[in-house]
Amino acid sequence: MNAQRRYLHALTGITVRELLRFVHQRERFLAALVRPLLWLVVFAAGFRAALGLSIIPPYQTYISYEVYIIPGLIGMIQLFNGMQSSLSMVYDQEMGSMRVLLTAPLPRWYLLLCKLLAGVLVSIMQIATFLIASRLAGIDFAYQGVILALPVMILSGIMLGSLGLLISSMVKQLENFAGVMNFIIFPLFFMSSALYPIWKMRESSDLLAQICELNPFTHAIEAIRFAFYGQFNGVSMSVLMVCTLVFFSAACWSYDPARRFRASKTASA
Amino acid sequence: MTIHPPTDTASTPALDIRALGFDYSSKQALNDVSLTLAHGELTILLGPNGAGKTTLFSLICGLFAPARGSISINGQSLLKRSDALAPLGIVFQAQTLDLDLSVQQNLLYFCALHGLPKATARSRIADALKRMDLHTRANDKVRTLNGGHRRRVEIIRSTLHEPSILLLDEPTVGLDIPTRAELVDYVRELPSSQGCAVLWATHLIDEIRDTDRVALLHAGKLHHDGIAKNLLEDNQLSDLPALMQYVSDGHKAQTVG
Repeated sequence: MNAQRRYLHALTGITVRELLRFVHQRERFLAALVRPLLWLVVFAAGFRAALGLSIIPPYQTYISYEVYIIPGLIGMIQLFNGMQSSLSMVYDQEMGSMRVLLTAPLPRWYLLLCKLLAGVLVSIMQIATFLIASRLAGIDFAYQGVILALPVMILSGIMLGSLGLLISSMVKQLENFAGVMNFIIFPLFFMSSALYPIWKMRESSDLLAQICELNPFTHAIEAIRFAFYGQFNGVSMSVLMVCTLVFFSAACWSYDPARRFRASKTASA
Repeated sequence: MTIHPPTDTASTPALDIRALGFDYSSKQALNDVSLTLAHGELTILLGPNGAGKTTLFSLICGLFAPARGSISINGQSLLKRSDALAPLGIVFQAQTLDLDLSVQQNLLYFCALHGLPKATARSRIADALKRMDLHTRANDKVRTLNGGHRRRVEIIRSTLHEPSILLLDEPTVGLDIPTRAELVDYVRELPSSQGCAVLWATHLIDEIRDTDRVALLHAGKLHHDGIAKNLLEDNQLSDLPALMQYVSDGHKAQTVG
């Protein structure tokens, strides 16, 4: 059998497994959908009065707060999905099923990439459902830009998934995963442009605004936001691409057998 | 029949381990282990808990990278090519099935990772499940299977890609006596029925026959390697427990290789 077919079979197999696991965990799907919808319907309803949004790129007119936070909530879906994948990797390590993946006769980087792409596919399905729900809720977003935003969302999904992979290589027990929520997900989300524009953040703190500007999650959201409106945000796309490359390389490095399991004994002899 | 023949001649060992060493931080887990397996040969890797059997297996299947020495599978160095793992079938000591997927889904996932086309995979899975009397459970979630059935599924999985080397890491631990006997008989047939080399790690001495080749691992070192009966005669011992005790006491320790 030629190599391309072997690689394709592996990608298909990993994707099917990820989809099956997703289908079997209906609560996960509901949680993934309910979380951003709650923000959209409840949080945004309260904040629309408090926040006035001036015209900032890519918008050409005043927009409602609900419209503003949709790209942020798309990022939130991807962020949580990336961390969920990370959690499932830790679970797989504890349960042992990770060994089946890591002992497949394919390069380690490719197996990890397949795992990431499968996770991205799941997140895109969640995003599609979320966008349909927000449209049904009557929010006037740039839905027609979804095709242009798709490649950007795939890239941001890979970046956040790579970050999740990297974290999963460091977290050895499921019990430690709560720390990931407190120290990674919340800071990434709240110190970004997901909920408020950076100029609004600067009104209260210059330092906070600078941190937001350095946060790669901000650039993922901005790249998605601009793409939905048919515009290309060069800075955000560059940051997104560089961070994707760095996080993925670091994840591959962390799963390299030459260094993995070296520091601590994780299998009984 | 195997789909992974040796690269050059039949004399190329299925598995060739040379001067292998591995450390966990500062603790030496394996030291100077050398072992060769011929095609179609069954070898028992005997050792007490903590001897280094699982570490050795983790090195052979590429989960760990050796600190010293080399591993070749069918003449291909494991360190150089990821596809050197293709001829390897593994049953890990810990359970590695996905509990939320069905038996069939677990097996199809494994076949996909090993590049088997879906039609081939389905046909092999159906045959193997029938042979192991599990065909009625194909669509059941693994979570609903008992320990013996899960082990059978793992053994089926390890042979679906027709490996030329099969590693079994204490596959019968925790199973009842009839299930153990059944699995032992099944695995013993594999070298002749599928032509694969089998390396079977165990600390259960009653699974070993006089005519078996036994490699005795203790405290990360390979102390004896030979036919069980000959090892006992050479050391003037009555049985294998006595041999294990003999080694652990450090008498006449003789490192192979």
